Amino acid sequence: MSISTPERRRVRSRPPVFLVILGILGLAIFVIPFVGLLARVPWSDLPELLTSDIVVDALRLSLLTSIAATALAAVLGVPLAWLMARVEFPGRAIVRGIVTLPLVLPPVVGGAALLFALGRRGLVGEPLYEATGLVLPFSTWGVVIASTFVAMPFLVITVEGALRNLDQRYEGAASTLGASKWTVLRRVTLPMIGPSLLAGLVLTWARAFGEFGATITFAGNLQGRTQTMPLAVFVALESDRDTAVAISLVMVVVSLVVLIALRERWWKAL
Amino acid sequence: MEGAVTRQGLEAHLQVVVTDAFRLEIQLSIPPGKTIALLGPNGAGKSTAVSALAGLRPIDGGRIELTGTVLDDPERAAFVPPEQRHIGVVFQDYLLFPNLSVLENVAFGLRSRGVARDEAVTRSETWIERLGLGGLGVRKPSQLSGGQAQRVALARALVTEPDLLLLDEPLAALDVTTRAELRRTLAEHLRTFPGPRLLITHDPTEAFLLADEIHVIEDGEITQSGTADEIRLRPRTAYVADLVGSNLFAGVADGGRVETAGHHLHVADTDAAGDVLITIRPTAVSVHLHEPDGSPRNTWPTTIELIEPLGERTRLRTGGPLPLVIEITTEATRSLDLAAGTDVWVAVKATEIGVETDRPVSQRSGSRPDAAGGRP
Repeated sequence: MSISTPERRRVRSRPPVFLVILGILGLAIFVIPFVGLLARVPWSDLPELLTSDIVVDALRLSLLTSIAATALAAVLGVPLAWLMARVEFPGRAIVRGIVTLPLVLPPVVGGAALLFALGRRGLVGEPLYEATGLVLPFSTWGVVIASTFVAMPFLVITVEGALRNLDQRYEGAASTLGASKWTVLRRVTLPMIGPSLLAGLVLTWARAFGEFGATITFAGNLQGRTQTMPLAVFVALESDRDTAVAISLVMVVVSLVVLIALRERWWKAL
Repeated sequence: MEGAVTRQGLEAHLQVVVTDAFRLEIQLSIPPGKTIALLGPNGAGKSTAVSALAGLRPIDGGRIELTGTVLDDPERAAFVPPEQRHIGVVFQDYLLFPNLSVLENVAFGLRSRGVARDEAVTRSETWIERLGLGGLGVRKPSQLSGGQAQRVALARALVTEPDLLLLDEPLAALDVTTRAELRRTLAEHLRTFPGPRLLITHDPTEAFLLADEIHVIEDGEITQSGTADEIRLRPRTAYVADLVGSNLFAGVADGGRVETAGHHLHVADTDAAGDVLITIRPTAVSVHLHEPDGSPRNTWPTTIELIEPLGERTRLRTGGPLPLVIEITTEATRSLDLAAGTDVWVAVKATEIGVETDRPVSQRSGSRPDAAGGRP
């Protein structure tokens, strides 16, 4: 082994040229579309465009449904993750497969499946309609369900992984101190997986906020009821490009703000 | 706890099938106010015993009874879950809740048992003070040194006034200096704890200094029980002999001399002062029929009390003034014609005497080994 001189160290720390080139090209794939979008923004008409009924309705609906979907995913997904992580039951591997399916399935197919199951003449939808008069497709609830279907896997997978990695002796220690199962969950388990839970919630929310395929298939495209931001962009691209650009800009800004605000804890968990 | 119950203390017969090849089967009987040590190597089943007693792992056979209440009895389908057992546990690695402050950690048990917030805080603060952690209540466990974390774990276990105290390797994670100091703290709080106490350890020194009685556990079974002296002087298995066969005395050091039980020994460590523990390995002692001359500075006449052949080696026990366990070759025993009652001289080199400082660190000027080190 030769003694490493300062000169030698400098040589070694220089990254290979071809990696640098490919890396920069990789970054460009992310950056160029945003530059293109920003170049097309009609800055002077922006205030007027953003306050139009279509945009206001879509933004309100998108925020409402994405937050509702995230809340629904938390309420149902955390218990599911807990069961998958902590309870040995037959077919657990199959359950894990089913939970991850929406991640790889084309959202349109998911939306179609939801329609067949929960539509007014669907397997579950028909008895539900007869019993309660509730119609899910083409309603705001339909948007929430479609978004939850597509986005909840992010939460379940993140939380399940965190629960698996959690040292269960802490929970045992809590129970010897007199804590009930509920207290252990509330004061020890959930706080200890907090960063992962938060990361899962953010991923779920982001996926729900951008959800398009399953929503348009299952819930349709009705302004004020089911037309979320991505749907509004899609429609506007056909008729009114400036509005499409304005809505896209809003979505980019909202997503960026959320990511930056949670960046600290986000990186820690992933 | 008031009210005389039929049977005080802990009565436990633990049978746990850990794997097909390993099962734990031990009998424990600990009266209130007594400390029993479960001393054994890693993998002997000590932590399994803690889990079973705490209720974190149901036993497969046997019975656990604490202050007259059956906690676990598979035959009668009786099982009290851990949160209803009221057993204080100081876990290996402490397991302080990382998301809670020191105060919240200590108050956790009281709050879980429905004690009102104000009272829980007051009682917790009392224990935090009592363990010398004043002012650290707002810290997170990650901001504590090992010694401080150990004290928090002790406070957390004691504040609820449990019926039984379990200490699972309480000092194992500490460095040598902190360990000696914490051993004293532990001894003091064990003394004042009124219930039965079980100390799990792999360290004979810890067991000797803290326990009234020691059970040696090997491969899931108790192989020997007795006081420190009984075990040290009459080890019954090869493992026990190797583990505890060392000669261990408490003494007072002063400039290269240690006084122990009225006897003076020369030691190589001239810096040690005050209370110390000295150890002499059984193989480090030589035996002579006449007073030896030459280098060894520690020699004294004594009588052989017991001879135990262990194959190629022979274990001797000598009488006063400083009773020693000695190991010499069987050949030497024969050539010296040693037998019980033989008068001999024993010799130990000063360099062969181990000196371990065992005194409160607070008396030492300038050094603060317990200062916040920021354990990751």
